[in-house]
Amino acid sequence: MGIAIVDGIEVKFDDAEKLNGIELARRAGVEIPHYCWHPGLSVVGSCRMCLVEFGTRDPHTGQISIWPKLTPACNTPIRDGMVLVTQSEKVQQARAMVQEDLLLRHPIDCPICDKAGECLLQDFHFRYGQRERRAPWRAFSSRRRDVGPNITLFVDRCIMCSRCVRFCREISGTAELMIVHRGTHEEIDVLPGFPLNNKLSGNVVDLCPVGALGDKDFLYKQRVWFLKRHPSVCTQCAVGCSIWVEENQDRIWRIKPRENPHVNRWWICNDGRYSYPYVHHPERIVGARRREESGWVPVNWTHLSSEINSFVRSAGSLVGVLSPFLTVEEAYLLAKWIRSIDPRAPLVLGPVPVAGEDERFPGGFVIAAERCPNRRGVEEVVAHFCGRVTPFGELPEVARSHRAKVVWVSGGYPRPWDEAELLAPLGELACDWIVQDMFFAHVYERAKYVIGGAAFAERAGSYVNWNDRLQSVPRAIRPPRGVRPELVLFWELLGREGAPDPNPVRVELAQATAYFAAAIAPVPETGIDLKVNLLAPAGNSLDRSVV
Amino acid sequence: MSDFAPVLLANIDKQESHTLKVYEAGGGYRTLRRVLREMSPAEVVQTIRRSNLRGRGGAGFPTGLKWSFLPQDHPGPFYMCVNADESEPGTFCNRIQMEKDPHQVLEGVILSCYATRVRTAYIYLRYEYHLAFRRLQQAIDEAYAAGYLGKNILGQNISLDIYIHRGAGAYICGEETGLIESLEGKRAWPRIKPPFPAVEGLFRKPTVVNNVETLACVLHILDRGVEWFQSIGTPRDPGDPRDPGSYGPKLFCLSGHINRPGVYEAPLGIPCGELLERYGGGVWQGRKVKAVAPGGISTGVLSAEELDTPMDFSGPVRRGCLGLGTGGVIVLDETYPIVEFLYNSCRFFAHESCGQCTPCREGTQFALQTVERIRRGEGRLADLDMLLAIGDNIGITPGTTICGLADGAAWAIKTAVRKFRDELEDHIRRTNPKGYHRSAPPGTITLNLAGWQLDSGPVGGRDGQKVHAA
Repeated sequence: MGIAIVDGIEVKFDDAEKLNGIELARRAGVEIPHYCWHPGLSVVGSCRMCLVEFGTRDPHTGQISIWPKLTPACNTPIRDGMVLVTQSEKVQQARAMVQEDLLLRHPIDCPICDKAGECLLQDFHFRYGQRERRAPWRAFSSRRRDVGPNITLFVDRCIMCSRCVRFCREISGTAELMIVHRGTHEEIDVLPGFPLNNKLSGNVVDLCPVGALGDKDFLYKQRVWFLKRHPSVCTQCAVGCSIWVEENQDRIWRIKPRENPHVNRWWICNDGRYSYPYVHHPERIVGARRREESGWVPVNWTHLSSEINSFVRSAGSLVGVLSPFLTVEEAYLLAKWIRSIDPRAPLVLGPVPVAGEDERFPGGFVIAAERCPNRRGVEEVVAHFCGRVTPFGELPEVARSHRAKVVWVSGGYPRPWDEAELLAPLGELACDWIVQDMFFAHVYERAKYVIGGAAFAERAGSYVNWNDRLQSVPRAIRPPRGVRPELVLFWELLGREGAPDPNPVRVELAQATAYFAAAIAPVPETGIDLKVNLLAPAGNSLDRSVV
Repeated sequence: MSDFAPVLLANIDKQESHTLKVYEAGGGYRTLRRVLREMSPAEVVQTIRRSNLRGRGGAGFPTGLKWSFLPQDHPGPFYMCVNADESEPGTFCNRIQMEKDPHQVLEGVILSCYATRVRTAYIYLRYEYHLAFRRLQQAIDEAYAAGYLGKNILGQNISLDIYIHRGAGAYICGEETGLIESLEGKRAWPRIKPPFPAVEGLFRKPTVVNNVETLACVLHILDRGVEWFQSIGTPRDPGDPRDPGSYGPKLFCLSGHINRPGVYEAPLGIPCGELLERYGGGVWQGRKVKAVAPGGISTGVLSAEELDTPMDFSGPVRRGCLGLGTGGVIVLDETYPIVEFLYNSCRFFAHESCGQCTPCREGTQFALQTVERIRRGEGRLADLDMLLAIGDNIGITPGTTICGLADGAAWAIKTAVRKFRDELEDHIRRTNPKGYHRSAPPGTITLNLAGWQLDSGPVGGRDGQKVHAA
């Protein structure tokens, strides 16, 4: 343990944390501006924006002596008795000069720059810059350079913090970006024939403190101050990265990583980042319909739950297919409703899409081959009701042996089912089935009911990733007209009172099952590890925990 | 002081002085034989520490102290980098040493490696030194053949390999960590210190980085003893316990407006004026001195009134300069406009700034553009204060940037503006009497189309052409 002083505020810290000046000051609520430093990358200490005055306090006399030279906070490890002065005139002068230097050749084309509004250069200029520009020339050029299929570079906006270069070397391990030339002629560039084309390339745009690196997917589409962001979880693979969904009037414009030290740290992959367009796909199933002799008949949402309830109750025997795209709460409510009608109804885990193998990057980032967000969670819900998890391939057999009259199929898959192996079990079914999904597959022509399902950003609820970490997120956007999220439908089917809310459902589930016991408390933003609290309520002995 | 006989340059006038035969005939490698036989590495380090030898590369850091920073319990390997990337303007003393007496350099390197337990040394040679490269390589080959290099040097259980690495002509590679990065095959961006190279340097191993001339001095200290070395130069200041003194001979490179430019060996502490008169033969064409850069342009300038400055490590500092630097003395005569000196030095540093730290990368360019404007005849008196502010920003105290290049750039600007302010003001008043300048006044929009700067303001653009911004 140690104590350091930031602008007169005493901060306690642990030596094992290995804090630097910026992190320490953050704990005291003091901002030390910086460009080149990023917690996930190596330290270069080159922007010189974080220069502050350091000193030491004598442990015996309490006398404080300040070091004569300004010291970069990013590169100075904090030890007991250190003193930081971040607001002195000397520091402010140094910051103002760095700001002036950075703006000498910067085009200051904020009106046409995508970064305007979330640009550190802008923010720090207002906070730490000086009003006058002493250089009598005005640079204005905004050369644009194509560095990769989804990234574009505005060369003259760059302030040479080298974050993107370090990211490509240290995290993605591909090292496409580099710095060419010297001094003021320095530019970020790629080698001819080796574009910035890796699966993590989108992160360099988030890292860029100014508008130099632009995302072609987002370029010139929205001003950032119109966007509202909502915490969410990426549903593209089993890792379950924490993300921000940034929307304007229920239209998603971009997805950004949300810092989560337990899952994705600061990064997300391009698969997740650019996956959102399916949410607004024009071919999504909207509304609910029933198949008659004459063809599809639309069903009004107000009558839907009662109609389905009576249809299913008259049939009597049921099988449920719980998709790994459902949230934990939705899976639980669906299972509960099915069991309330047919207390012995078998539950089947929906198809788990797998693509290739897990991709691991040198910086520790992983893209899982399993392309669904919640297999673990749904498995545990199924196990809670049935004792064992039945894979999707056994669905026809299970339905036959149970003499099921109706099969409930839940979907939520981001693309239509066209893989033959996934369709085969459905095609063999001899009974009626009810489907809730986002996209229409050919085999759905034979379903009794087809109900539109919600996309990930339209659901509220919890996902459990492949490492048993449960993350609970709110709804980011409203679903399109004619679509009700699964949670709402199941809530109505069960005849529950009040507005549909995932939180009491999660608490109910946590009380009912040992696996989810830890989720009984409000879930923090970074999620909770279900493994940690699994042992005690499950009554397992300690030696089984050594996994 | 008049009976001073050159030591470092003793051999250079001999015929074929670069060959092993001539070097050995003059007593070469006898010190190596004696030291390997009689002294332990620790004793060598102790001797150098006692001699208070200070690095000749520019910063003047005590060499023995630097060596003693090497961790004792490290499993190794240790490396030595010989800094032969001599690129400070007006400096060419290492070149003469390597071209005329490469074996002296090698002997110094071998002795230093013995002292620091180094088994691999790299000579980082400036690319432009073609003759030095050939002669050094030849000397290394000869030394291998004679058993001074390679395995079991002189029959003892010591081995050393020396490799020459040629740089690509960047000034920043003379900075020790920039040199190490470059040697590792990376971009020569100086590293943040600590860790210092002695702890974690080349290939993340403990590394000694020393200048060519320093290593040659090591040889002569071991040859002639500490007492001889301390009999030359300026003794330490008794009032300052941290002053290690300035002992020993130093090579001075005289250049500029002087009758006999060249490399001369003189004791440290020789007054600047005496150096110019006795060795350089005075200013050319019978003119007077206007300014002298005592140790390359990055140390700043001395004015004509300051020619009594002793040329040791602390003398120029007392006159507002950065230090002795490399000993590259550049003389400007009375007719030379100081604005040209400013322009030249600003252009050099703006060109050579590695571009890592913001204040240096942008500040050197900012200063250059300001000086260019003054030189074009568009300066304003306020520009001089702005130059001083820029100088203070890029080198206000050590610590504003990672390495010392920015300090060098700042000192050239600051000393020139402070010491020759009257002349600069005269120049501005004469060339721009109305204080008016052609660059766009505030409020105008400037377009850069295909690299041409076109102004849309009321003043008109390049070549008086009026261009309207869309």
